[in-house]
Amino acid sequence: MAERCAVIGIGQTKHASARKDLSIAGLVREAAIRALDDAQLSWADVDAVVIGKAPDMFEGVMMPELYLADALGAAGKPMLRVHTAGSVGGSTAIVAAHLVQAGIHRRVLTVAFEKQSDSDPMWALTVKVPFQLPVVAGAGGYFAPIVRGYIRRSGAPADIGIKVAVKDRQNALRNPYAHLHIEDVSVDKVASSPMLWDPIRYLETCPSSDGACAMVLGDESAAQRAPSPPAWVVATAMRSEPTMFAGRDQVNPRAGQDCARDLYRQAGISDPRREIDVAEVYVPFSWFEPMWMENLGFAAEGEGWRMTESGATAIDGDLPINPSGGVLSSNPIGASGMLRFAEAALQVRSQAGEHQVDGARVALGHAYGGGSQFFSTWLVAAAKP
Amino acid sequence: MSQVASEPVTAVETPIRLQYRYTAGHATTRFLRALTEGRLLGQRCPRCRKVYVPPRGSCPTCGVPTDEEVPLADRGIVTSFCIVNVPFVGHAIEMPYVAASVLLDGADITFQHLVQEIPAAEVRMGMRIEAVWAPREEWGPSLENIRHFRPTGEPDAAFEAYKEHL
Amino acid sequence: MRDVAVVGFAQSPSVRREDSRNEVEMLMPVVEEVLAESGMGREDIGFTVSGSCDYLAGVPFSFVSALDAVGAWPPIQESHVEMDGAFALYEAWVRLQHGDVDTALVYAFGKSSPGSLRDLMALQLDPYCLAPLWPDAISLAALQARVLLDSGRITEADMAAVAARSRRDARDNPKAQVSGDRPAETLLEEPYLVAPLRLHDCPPVSDGAAAVVLAAGDAARRTSARPAWIRGIDHRIEPQALGVRDLAHSPSTARAAQVAGAGRGPVDVAELHAPFSHQELILREAIGIDGGVAVNPSGGALAANPMMVAGLIRVGEAARRIHDGSAGRALAHATSGPCLQQNLVCVLEA
Repeated sequence: MAERCAVIGIGQTKHASARKDLSIAGLVREAAIRALDDAQLSWADVDAVVIGKAPDMFEGVMMPELYLADALGAAGKPMLRVHTAGSVGGSTAIVAAHLVQAGIHRRVLTVAFEKQSDSDPMWALTVKVPFQLPVVAGAGGYFAPIVRGYIRRSGAPADIGIKVAVKDRQNALRNPYAHLHIEDVSVDKVASSPMLWDPIRYLETCPSSDGACAMVLGDESAAQRAPSPPAWVVATAMRSEPTMFAGRDQVNPRAGQDCARDLYRQAGISDPRREIDVAEVYVPFSWFEPMWMENLGFAAEGEGWRMTESGATAIDGDLPINPSGGVLSSNPIGASGMLRFAEAALQVRSQAGEHQVDGARVALGHAYGGGSQFFSTWLVAAAKP
Repeated sequence: MSQVASEPVTAVETPIRLQYRYTAGHATTRFLRALTEGRLLGQRCPRCRKVYVPPRGSCPTCGVPTDEEVPLADRGIVTSFCIVNVPFVGHAIEMPYVAASVLLDGADITFQHLVQEIPAAEVRMGMRIEAVWAPREEWGPSLENIRHFRPTGEPDAAFEAYKEHL
Repeated sequence: MRDVAVVGFAQSPSVRREDSRNEVEMLMPVVEEVLAESGMGREDIGFTVSGSCDYLAGVPFSFVSALDAVGAWPPIQESHVEMDGAFALYEAWVRLQHGDVDTALVYAFGKSSPGSLRDLMALQLDPYCLAPLWPDAISLAALQARVLLDSGRITEADMAAVAARSRRDARDNPKAQVSGDRPAETLLEEPYLVAPLRLHDCPPVSDGAAAVVLAAGDAARRTSARPAWIRGIDHRIEPQALGVRDLAHSPSTARAAQVAGAGRGPVDVAELHAPFSHQELILREAIGIDGGVAVNPSGGALAANPMMVAGLIRVGEAARRIHDGSAGRALAHATSGPCLQQNLVCVLEA
């Protein structure tokens, strides 16, 4: 690695089920301009643009980065478009970080978005392809049997998923950008919400959102000149494994474990539970919090639910998870991973406002996608590595 | 007119109709042909010996072509499942219904199918099931030849027998 | 910068309709071949990255099942761009610059046969103003050709000469889809497809796949007797709207070529991703390629144009000329978007 890399600007849109006030270009610009303003930079200061989003069928535009080139000030510059399914927001940021770390560019704008209201995401996720027999619609039906497998294997109490949902939805009330603000959220309200894909209830499920996230990444000299404290990128890691194979552990996928191990090795972390102050983890269905606590090495196998139950993952717990409200509260799919990465950076910059975790110095951003098979993570810190 | 002109345009509707002609590929073609005769055909990986159904012509972990064909029984177990309360466009199925991960006897991979002829609340992980085929005259090159799976009444498989398939 | 080289290249034959094999079945032998050529096993690859497009395949997440072709177990470091494989190669090059891995597998696949490619490409355009009009890909290219002809810099005969040479050279390329030996004069007797473009000015609709292995420093020297070192690589994009661009020139190509150092020495061979005949003439000028350079000895995109793959093939074909000793310095170019909107230039040396 030739250069250090830091997050020097962060922006996100107000996420909503339909941002009818904005075109796709307007949506990405809302986030990008906020990130540039945060860094006190203009479009001309950007060397390259790296953009990510999930399937193009979500908006009905093929390779939309081509049409967005001038809206993102990319004319005359390099522009890359990443697509790694749900983990794309994370992997897009990692590609941008590598451009800086390799010494190729000094300042890179990275953007991720989804404008799901422009098409029908449920349809786009379940295109009827011949030779296959889809029996459930959407992602919930795919992940519910895996959640059932986790509950059976870990012996977790049935209300853990509800506890996660209440916590993340309460956290979202502190985040003005979050899509869902459910003021009266409570255990009863979540428990009595309709069971969609048993064991997953309506309020244990992520929404479908329009939204975008953007970050300006810079090298050391750019970071020194930045008006706000930078969030230093300490380590990045990605892992993939096939969707389906014999003996595959979908509850605790090896790709996720390997990804976390690689990240901690690079960062010199031996006890992630103690050494990491806060984590933004990709939890689209509430039960994935305890599952990922184990996958990320924060808890022993079968013990992740105890972190939720004891309050360790609450905003005032010893390892707050998703103080922003997480994917459960805002889910512009392509941007959801980058939001995790950006929220982690906000925490170590002490800029998370109402959902700031006191004394956060080291934070983890996490995203996953496909059938729990693509993982991307980064670790950011207030101190220069 | 002036009032309309001052309203923002918030949407443009562009119907997109695209037609695709999909290619099944060698392995899927063999699988679908067998289905038209009421048979279930898997493929074994030459390297790791695991049996895949439906076969995809390759072993996803070894990255090698698979061509040894393995006939499979139309019975097996439910490894996991979910009870679905979300209507699925195009399905005339009563809510709630059970979508299960089905592990056929002799196979090393599950696929999703419906489990019926039992109240949803009574479906269990490890439950033994068998295929209920559509009438022969309705058979085509499709997994829909199997209408659904139903319990056989045999004792449930032990958790140990399928825990590697979760 | 770290020294990074292309050490292996393989491609499927390009065909009009690959009817019997799906994407994975098409890709598997290509991956196997490129690894064998590079003397590597799957376990020797540090990073894997691919390029493909969901709309071509007609399914979301089409790259996910393609991963089966590489045997991603134990889990691998992997990424994907919704772009031509040449841009995946760029991501791999960046990853190798980062320095924590020494080898990368790049692959790309694209079947245009399932859908109607000519119409499909309209979905790349501004979704509010342009896409609803469904301008087809050939008509947009024809607009560009008209601008170029009207500028007086080329004639239709120049375009036909490009087409005739490409199809003639393709006769020596067993992977090419279209070849022939009709002289340019007789091509000009053909009717227009979309004026001023005739059929020979347009690329075939192709299904195909390709893969490249990159290696850094000693890893490259170990695996290849004559690695094709990447001496410079860069890519640039232009605004999309045709009305704000000078269609008769390609400033993004010129800039990418400059940053990649194309002009630092003469090149022996140039593989240019010019799907339409007139585009080769625009690219030659933008890069500064003179008459002594062998352009598209493979036949180029006019002989085989698998979408998402044809750009990566250009890099592979250019590298191959270095591997076999027939070139000492080669240039490869890839394009994406309507009328050469986005362009990549890669300079390779022995």
